[in-house]
Amino acid sequence: MALKMSDFKTDVFVDWCPGCGNFGILASLQMALAELGLEPHRVVLVSGIGCSGKPPHFVKTYGVHTLHGRTLPFAQGIKIANPELEVIVMGGDGDGLGIGAGHFVNAGRRNIDMTYLIHNNAVYGLTKGQASPTLRLGLRTKSLPKPNINEAVNPIALAIVSGYTFVARVYAYDTKHLKEIIKQAIQHKGLAFVDILQPCPTYNDINTKDWYAGEDRKDPKTGKPMSRLYKLEEIGYDPLVKDLSEDIAKKLVAIEKAQEWGDEIPLGIFYKNELVPTFEARISQRIPFYVANAPAKQQISDETGASVADLSEFFEELKMS
Amino acid sequence: MAVEEINWMSGGPQGSGVDTAANIFGRACGYGGLYVYGRREYHSNIKGLHSYFHLRISGNEVSANVNDVDLLAAFDAETVVRHINEVVSDGGIIVDKDQVETKVLSIPTLTYELRSELRQYLDKKGLGDSLSDLLADAGKSGVHVFQVPYMDLLKQIADKLKIEQLSKVTRMINVLTIGISFGLLDYDESLVEKAIRTFFAEKPRIVDMNILAVKTAYDYAKQNFQNNFGHKLQKIEIDEKRIFISGNQAVALGKVLGGCRVQTYYPITPAADESEYLEAHEILKTKLGEERGAIIVMQTEDEIAAINMASGAALAGARAATATSGPGFSLMVEGLAWAGNSEVPVVITYYQRGAPSTGLPTRHGQDDLRFALHAGHGEFARIVLASGDIRECFYDAAAAFNYAEKYQMPVIHLIDKAMGNSSQTCALFDSSMFKIERGNILDETQLIGEYKRFKFTESGISPRVFLGTKNGVHWYTGDEHNEFGHISEEPANRTLMVEKRMKKLDLIEKEVPIEERINFFGDKNAKNIIVSWGSPKGAIVEALQKLTQEGFNLGFIQVRMMHPLPKEYLTDALQNTEKIIDVEMNYSGQLGGIIREKTGIPIGFHILKWNGRPMTTTEVYEAVKLVLFNKAPKRQVLTYGS
Ligand SMILES: Cc1ncc(C[n+]2csc(CCOP(=O)(O)OP(=O)(O)O)c2C)c(N)n1
Ligand code: SF4
Ligand SMILES: [Mg+2]
Repeated sequence: MALKMSDFKTDVFVDWCPGCGNFGILASLQMALAELGLEPHRVVLVSGIGCSGKPPHFVKTYGVHTLHGRTLPFAQGIKIANPELEVIVMGGDGDGLGIGAGHFVNAGRRNIDMTYLIHNNAVYGLTKGQASPTLRLGLRTKSLPKPNINEAVNPIALAIVSGYTFVARVYAYDTKHLKEIIKQAIQHKGLAFVDILQPCPTYNDINTKDWYAGEDRKDPKTGKPMSRLYKLEEIGYDPLVKDLSEDIAKKLVAIEKAQEWGDEIPLGIFYKNELVPTFEARISQRIPFYVANAPAKQQISDETGASVADLSEFFEELKMS
Repeated sequence: MAVEEINWMSGGPQGSGVDTAANIFGRACGYGGLYVYGRREYHSNIKGLHSYFHLRISGNEVSANVNDVDLLAAFDAETVVRHINEVVSDGGIIVDKDQVETKVLSIPTLTYELRSELRQYLDKKGLGDSLSDLLADAGKSGVHVFQVPYMDLLKQIADKLKIEQLSKVTRMINVLTIGISFGLLDYDESLVEKAIRTFFAEKPRIVDMNILAVKTAYDYAKQNFQNNFGHKLQKIEIDEKRIFISGNQAVALGKVLGGCRVQTYYPITPAADESEYLEAHEILKTKLGEERGAIIVMQTEDEIAAINMASGAALAGARAATATSGPGFSLMVEGLAWAGNSEVPVVITYYQRGAPSTGLPTRHGQDDLRFALHAGHGEFARIVLASGDIRECFYDAAAAFNYAEKYQMPVIHLIDKAMGNSSQTCALFDSSMFKIERGNILDETQLIGEYKRFKFTESGISPRVFLGTKNGVHWYTGDEHNEFGHISEEPANRTLMVEKRMKKLDLIEKEVPIEERINFFGDKNAKNIIVSWGSPKGAIVEALQKLTQEGFNLGFIQVRMMHPLPKEYLTDALQNTEKIIDVEMNYSGQLGGIIREKTGIPIGFHILKWNGRPMTTTEVYEAVKLVLFNKAPKRQVLTYGS
């Protein structure tokens, strides 16, 4: 029986501010799950703390709403223990690139087969609008007492240098594109990162829906707004690494593309490489039955309750005779 | 036939093979049917600073050190300087002939404190500042000094092996001292060879070199120090199977027995050895046959990741643990509270060391009991266990997972540096009585209709479902939550939910047999009772045996479940006690304070120590005896150690 978007809805009230970009993310995710036909019990949504931490409660799959910044460690633990699960991680930009930045980088090194979505609103929404690590230097969003004194981190570039093997950017209100990219991210073999530009109408009065749409820069000829967003696929950009020999070159191009901001903001897949072995593949080299008989699935006791452990080889090494 | 007890110490700069020497020496003794207890002491340094191993060898099982050193095998002058006063009056010191003229005050690695102490000591005794002056002084009180030309012997060995560069064999000073030691002790040489063969198993050339070195030294001792030394060591026939194992290894084996399938860690002394050992043995032999068992060991980016990754694995249904010491546990605290709030069965093995901050990174302490009990904001249920010796490390490490899963809460298993890094011989662990108890878990076939992960129940325990189970979709959150696991700030729900979590502690009080929560030694009706926890156990039990033989009336309660504390038992046992003596390795007498808090019974006497070196039988014996003779202050501070 085909799954519908409504199969992924809970009856928990969705408590975001009206007009929040998170609504688009939630809907796209639910559509993506339905279209991929992922049964709800096979999916685990892991989130952090922030406005962006709420989605698991709104989605009818397994949900683990964790600590601020610690989404990736929890998610990796879940996935390592049971690699059959479809693990999708979502969190704020503060969550993933501020307090959780160390995990962000180190997860890239492991390339565990999961999907990580960052709700990038350039502010700390849930704590009332402080600057997040993606807010640009000198900007002063609504609730900042002074302009931002720090440079912004570039999530796309950071993901690429950290080893993520699928790196994309989408816009929260373009739900069709967002849904497609989420689907591809889920289907990607390896750790996929999606930077979601998410307007926060309550606290970010700079990167607003109108700003992205270019309402402030109308085409003098047509009088129509000129959107700041464009799609990489529309300019013939090819993110796919087809041979490891072109990896560095592709990475450098992607990092260069990731510098564009302001009047030209690229969306789409910046980099994709399935030639890098996943963590699952790496560990299977050492433990060939890792996936077939995963840690969470292993039988640890017999019918009598006795442990199945046979310590004789340890004792053989340690023996005193 | 009674076997003489020998206390052997080897010492030298870090990186010069002190551990190897001790391991070979210990094995050789173990192969001869003797019991060995060995404590390892080292600086937070890789090469050059002083380290030593103190081995106690006996025909009876031993589980602590005594103050004495019968034979000191010194690789360098500093070892002699640091330990000369521990050598008993008929004991011996093996020293490099070429180093006896060393000016002791100029040894570069001596610390400021030690140098000043040494200067005062030399002045007071009117001694010159050469090592030979110190040695001559020791000689006066009956200590035998065995001067051995290390370099000459090494040259002979190099010649025989046709090795031109002497530097290629200088690493074997450690083995030379073993050969000399066993020559003096008149011990069976073939057992030493066997120890070398097993220790260097995979490197035949190294085996040959080392055996030659031992033989050369053994013969040298026989020829040059004939019958000079009073202490002898003899093998005994035993028919028991024994192992030689460290605390780190015992915990690892316990985890394997307990079904641990994911272990996370960030490197830290003295915990990391456990995880590395597990990783080296990641494919596990099981009774189910091939390809059925493996433990995934994850080295994480920090301890925050370590605990939360372990929690994630536990939610998915794997038995999961992490291992750390104080600084790492400090970072884990937020994750611990998350696990408490979400009722996650995660196990944290906590190797205490001298603290606070980086403190004494490689030294012993029991400073963190209160921290383990209280870490985390808010009130939530946890279990805190404390092992008292290597055997308990094994059983408790396995049992920790049962407690965690049955009661659905984090379990902190307290070990300490003294236990973690000590090695001892003991009878093969018997795991036949151990059963795995996973508690109330529902699988797909048992899930019909609505499932509530945090369902209110009488006991407080809600049936658990692993992530990924069909028909069991549910939620977790660090926020307060309702029965489904969704966020709830409703006052009535909050009242019930906190109570649900906390009352599981009452269930533990009811269900866990007292034998799993305390050990009692000595006279059940004793007027004088020692209370303690963790690694002082060995020294206390030995002191108690000695004092009982001398006619004193004494009992010892070793608390093993620190939380929930067996308070009824303690109240009964302590309320009519004349003298309660709290023995622990910290400044404030943490267990004593907790007992008083939970039972209302004040602690009369404290015997405390925090100098980074474990308690010895000797000093516990003396301190307790003072209490029994009414000669002790309320608080005695022990200071033995080097
Ligand atoms: C350890 C810790 N420090 C601080 C907080 C408070 N806090 C809650 S949400 C948040 C910031 C959220 O910002 P972001 O991650 O960008 O998510 P958003 O709300 O914007 O979606 C902070 C700092 C916390 N929950 N935990
Ligand atoms: S504060 Fe911003 S991010 Fe949070 S819900 Fe409101 S609009 Fe959305
Ligand atoms: Mg944000």
